Amino acid sequence: MRDVTKVYVMGEVEVHALRGITLDFEDGGFTVLLGPSGSGKSTLLNILGGLDTPTDGRVLYRGQDLTRADERALTRYRRRRVGFVFQFYNLIPSLTARENVELVTEISDDPLPAAEALDIVGLSNRADHFPSQMSGGEQQRVAIARAIAKRPDILLCDEPTGALDISTGIQVLEAIARVNVEYGATTAVITHNAAIARIADRVISLADGQIARERFNATRAAASSIEW
Amino acid sequence: MIRALDRKLLRDLWRVRSMALSISAVVAAGIALLVAALTCFDSLETTRDRYYARTRFGDVFATAKRVPWWVAADFATLPGADRVDTRVVAGVTLDIEGVVEPINGRLISLPDSGRPLLNQPELQRGRWPDRERAEEALVSERFAEGHGLEPGDEIFAIINGRRQRLAITGTALSPEYVYSLGGGDLIPDPTRFGILWLTREHLATAYDMEGGFNDISLSLAEDAAPEPAIAELDRLLEPWGGLGAIPRAQQTSHWYLQNELTGLRGMALLLPTIFLGIAAFLLNVVLRRLVSVQREQIAMLKALGYSNLRLGVHYIQWALAVSVLGGAVGIGIGALLSGAMLDLYMDYFRFPELVSRWSGSHIAGALFACGAAAALGAASAVRSVARLPPAEAMRPAPPDTFRVSILERLGLRRWLSQPARMVLRNLSRRPLRAAMSVVGIAFSVSIMVLASASIDSFEELMEVQFNVVQRQDVTVTFVEPEGRAAFFELAALPGVLEVEPQAGVSARLRNGNRSRQVGIQGLVEGARLQRVVGADYRPVRLEREGLVLSRKLADVLDLEPGDTVRVEALQGTRPERDMVVSATVDDLMGVSAYLDPETLRRFLGDTAIVGGAALGIDAAEREAVYAALKAMPVVAGVALQHAMLENFETFVAENMSNTMVINLFFAIVIAFGVIYSTARISLSERSRELASMRVMGFTRREIAVVLFGELGVLTLAAIPVGLGLGYAMLAGMLAAYETELFRMPLVTDPATFVWAAMTVVLAMGLSALFVRRQLDGLDLVEVLKTRE
Repeated sequence: MRDVTKVYVMGEVEVHALRGITLDFEDGGFTVLLGPSGSGKSTLLNILGGLDTPTDGRVLYRGQDLTRADERALTRYRRRRVGFVFQFYNLIPSLTARENVELVTEISDDPLPAAEALDIVGLSNRADHFPSQMSGGEQQRVAIARAIAKRPDILLCDEPTGALDISTGIQVLEAIARVNVEYGATTAVITHNAAIARIADRVISLADGQIARERFNATRAAASSIEW
Repeated sequence: MIRALDRKLLRDLWRVRSMALSISAVVAAGIALLVAALTCFDSLETTRDRYYARTRFGDVFATAKRVPWWVAADFATLPGADRVDTRVVAGVTLDIEGVVEPINGRLISLPDSGRPLLNQPELQRGRWPDRERAEEALVSERFAEGHGLEPGDEIFAIINGRRQRLAITGTALSPEYVYSLGGGDLIPDPTRFGILWLTREHLATAYDMEGGFNDISLSLAEDAAPEPAIAELDRLLEPWGGLGAIPRAQQTSHWYLQNELTGLRGMALLLPTIFLGIAAFLLNVVLRRLVSVQREQIAMLKALGYSNLRLGVHYIQWALAVSVLGGAVGIGIGALLSGAMLDLYMDYFRFPELVSRWSGSHIAGALFACGAAAALGAASAVRSVARLPPAEAMRPAPPDTFRVSILERLGLRRWLSQPARMVLRNLSRRPLRAAMSVVGIAFSVSIMVLASASIDSFEELMEVQFNVVQRQDVTVTFVEPEGRAAFFELAALPGVLEVEPQAGVSARLRNGNRSRQVGIQGLVEGARLQRVVGADYRPVRLEREGLVLSRKLADVLDLEPGDTVRVEALQGTRPERDMVVSATVDDLMGVSAYLDPETLRRFLGDTAIVGGAALGIDAAEREAVYAALKAMPVVAGVALQHAMLENFETFVAENMSNTMVINLFFAIVIAFGVIYSTARISLSERSRELASMRVMGFTRREIAVVLFGELGVLTLAAIPVGLGLGYAMLAGMLAAYETELFRMPLVTDPATFVWAAMTVVLAMGLSALFVRRQLDGLDLVEVLKTRE
């Protein structure tokens, strides 16, 4: 992304969520975006995922200019390339774990079998349970399975552990890290929890809509080793 | 000052204004029908009662062949009698310059002393006839309008075979002819039936009634029952050819008016109840959703110290606001609608003036009905508000529990896509709500079916009556029963192709203490023109001795085939005999008894029994036939098949356009109200999962399929239910309207079903269009950020 700015007009106030951000993501890399609330990290993730468009600047995905893409093209981009994981899981309550995954595989060109996706997140034995029958951590792992089942090029996670306690949060992070390594999806995780940064290749700190700091970890820590 | 909670109420309403309005519209439709029906009912009833009272409409009516004047003195002693009036009444053929067809007329005598004691005609234009001038006459107002007759114009009547000129001095209306039907008609035809009032002396001379009369009206003291007077009157008139007295309830004009009033009362009860019931259901669904969305707000308000009562009132106010808004609009529409309905009534029921009744009690009643619907709709939501413990409500609600639906468990699962499963499971999660939605939509289908199928049935009645039963072109009634001579005279007229005699006698049938006065018709085997057909539309076969009864008549007299009935002829020597009922027949119009003509003739002692004839004529010679009939002294009345058909078609066309448009409108309001609210609630409940699907890369169209799939299933399920319900309602309505005058066959044109189904599909399309706009505007980021 090049010089990306995003201005929200809220009533009579203009909120500058992003102020000229330039960033590149390497194929297969694992990036953590750190920052307090209001720093602009969610806006950044939404623009990367084609859920939102910048006010100014350009976003290029493998040469395709997302800033010029219309609604239809953005839908196609999300459908083929992007996997999302949210803080509040957003599973479909009327579908079982397996069916939630199949929801995606049914509209993808070359998906993973739903069973395999659930296996990766360690939920093969819960495949026929409905969301109301699962814990928060389990639901979030189903969300990850659902996100990766389409073999996305990009995996975007917005506070994936925000609603979870430590031990289930770690299980979820392990699942994300594993997907990144085994399937090579370019992964970006948003968090305000600095401890999580240790499991990434690269850590970008945002403050007030700008990149405050960027650092690279020489080695990625195992998710099980982190504490908060 | 507006309090904070009331401000919240207004903003909550404003946020969902389109859905609130769609529910208000359902309430408005119900209230409009309620107010219109009540207003019409009250107006017609008040108008009628005042008119009857002012013009002294009789309570008992009787006709006889000829009664000498001195008998009238005995009438004063009839049980309960208040006033008695005697007249000379005669059926004639009328002739107006420039009108080819013979017209049926009725001549009624005016007393020498001035106004009649009972059934007083009221002058509308012109003046009363002068007693000294025999040729002067008043003419009925509608007939004058139908032919553009003015005071000063002239008209000709074939009185006892002589064509006589009558000078019109004025026009009048009579309580006896509010619904003014000529013989054989179902619908008044102002051009085909006229009433003329002449001075008594003139009429008595012409019909050999000097010193006598042939028509008696009686008014009764308040609270006096008509039956004793009728029995005594029949006894008094028996020697003078009495044809049996009838109470007011059986007087034709009054009967039709009463029938209409009963229909209006039914309409005031049934349809508004359905509409308000549906509105209550919709309010219930919407409010429960609102409470579940505002769970945390309610907990917070409770924590701040608001009482359960205050919060309950808050949500009841929500329902009341929607309901009362609809009620207010409905009262306005109802007022307009009642005006239009009364105008339509006034085309068929003729009063000198209409007393429009706009009563405050109707408005109060309507508002009370709105309040009741609101309270009913809000009840369960308010209960759940009261039960909500504040601490627990601060936490998010647990995720909705789902199960695999029954259809899937039956093995359909593997064939269903995930979106299809979502639709099925959502429906089966709240089966009661889904069922209620189906019922709501089904009602809109059934209203359409009911509206147009009742027209189908009426058309079928006419079709059968004119093409299967009465296939003649002209029906002639004789002044007196005639022998073969009159019959041959008709057959000899140029242009007459076929003639069939109509043999009949007026008789009283008695079974125990049940009795009815009917015509016994001689039924000719192999008749081509005038036939009697059963439910299968095939001609009925007679046995030599047995009596065949209309099924309705058999019901009234509590008779079955094989039973014996006492038959008393009201003509000639008035013979009496027991006869066996050999069969019943499902005929559609009137009630009759049918007998082999030869048996009938023998029963009456070989007297003339041919009271009329059915003619088939050559259309090219129509005018010549009409002219000849006008001139025949034996002819008292002429009914024309084509005129009846045309009049009927006009009636259907007028009713079609009015009733159908109104019903279509109401059906769409219901269907739209139910479907749109259901869609909005679905959208509200499921915006989160739909947004998730959008994020995953589902297109707008794909998520629309999920949302509208549910509506589609509900609508599709509702169509057959609604068609069945409409058919059942129709059957119930026709059974309720089954009278001794006519019975409508239960038939429906397949097009009726198609139209009804298409109406709701159209309403669904409209709702989908509205909701689709909101669906497209779904803010993905916002929806996903907030927790449910």
